[in-house]
Amino acid sequence: MPFLHEALIIFQKDIRQEFRTRYTVNAILLFAVVTLVAVSFSIGTFSASNEVKSALLWIILFFSGMSGLSHIFIREEEKHTADTLKLVARPLSIFLGKLLFNFVLFIAMQIIIIPLFFAVMNFEVKGIFPFIIILSVGGIGLSAGSTLIAAIISKASARGALFTVLAFPILLPVLVAGISGTKISVTSADFSAVTAEFQMLIAYSVVVITGAILLFDFVWKE
Amino acid sequence: MSYFWKFGIFLWLILVFLAAFLWAPLAEGLGEYTRIIYFHVPTAWLTVVAFLIGAVYSILYLRKRQIKFDMIAEAASQIGLVFCLLATITGSIWAKMSWGSFWNWDPRETSIFILLLVYAAYFALRSAVEQPDRKAALASVYSIFAFITVPFFVFIVPRVYASLHPDPLVNPEGKIHMEGKMLMTFLSSLFGFTLLFFWIFKSKLELIKIKISLKERE
Repeated sequence: MPFLHEALIIFQKDIRQEFRTRYTVNAILLFAVVTLVAVSFSIGTFSASNEVKSALLWIILFFSGMSGLSHIFIREEEKHTADTLKLVARPLSIFLGKLLFNFVLFIAMQIIIIPLFFAVMNFEVKGIFPFIIILSVGGIGLSAGSTLIAAIISKASARGALFTVLAFPILLPVLVAGISGTKISVTSADFSAVTAEFQMLIAYSVVVITGAILLFDFVWKE
Repeated sequence: MSYFWKFGIFLWLILVFLAAFLWAPLAEGLGEYTRIIYFHVPTAWLTVVAFLIGAVYSILYLRKRQIKFDMIAEAASQIGLVFCLLATITGSIWAKMSWGSFWNWDPRETSIFILLLVYAAYFALRSAVEQPDRKAALASVYSIFAFITVPFFVFIVPRVYASLHPDPLVNPEGKIHMEGKMLMTFLSSLFGFTLLFFWIFKSKLELIKIKISLKERE
């Protein structure tokens, strides 16, 4: 399928561009580490229950994502490369490429932050498998919702603050299901215990990705 | 004609208020506070209606690219925001009386709060874009995008997580469990507030027409 190939090329271009400056990776990782340290420092290692810790984990992930996931489209506007990109690729491929980039970025951030979180928060999880599944499907949902919002705010002023404000109500279903699924996986190793959350996250991701693909044209051509 | 509507709705709502406070009997075993149902449910219902109208006109704007559709979507959202605030406040008072706290993140409370946030974000986005065309397109996209995620809150989250909230108007059995006089008051209140909503909406539409004709004259 040619649009998938094109999307992969866009993705590779974004990766290459990212590694020239490493701006987004630095921003999102440092933000995550700072938030983690702030949380860990302010509540201490042993004082919180695992339920509270799973909520804290999602808050750290959410706000770290908010600090970096918007950059993917802002960069194109700031460097004035958006117009060229409009000429060389179709909107569908651009959206899919950027979505893939944001997803990979978010997962990479999780791979670094979550072990750190386990270490400094003394966090224990019984069901490692459901835990990983919920966090990665949650990653799809978060990156899908925030990629379209990133496209919207790249066309507006006051970008930084606006991104979180616009994204929060859209992404809250992911947070609700993610926190609940993580809480369950703390006490139970059985995957069937988190089926409801898993289904909801999958349904959300499918609906949001479909809606975002349909709507992206209108934002991109603006 | 417009006077007829204005005073008709005014009289109707006076009757609804009288009926709600004096005529309708109390639900069995519950206190006076349950009378708030005659005001809470209509406001919540109209919040959803306004949200729906906003989304429909946003779709129309993206298809037809006429600024008037975006202005209508904005007007519907403005009225929706007011009703959303009212639904949140009346719901919170009701929660205090029957559950003991003003706010405890019941799934239904979360969903109305999300609508409030969506409206706030929608207007924040509008204020952050200068050019009218771009503002209209971005706001429309956001409104539609929010509209496809809100059902997760309204329909799915309360199913997955237990809620203390009484069954909403659209419940699985499609029934309203109420006794005769209560039901009559309830339905007339719903009807009256819906009329009020569309009357405000109609006034907004007339205002939009005047604005557009003034712009054309310039």
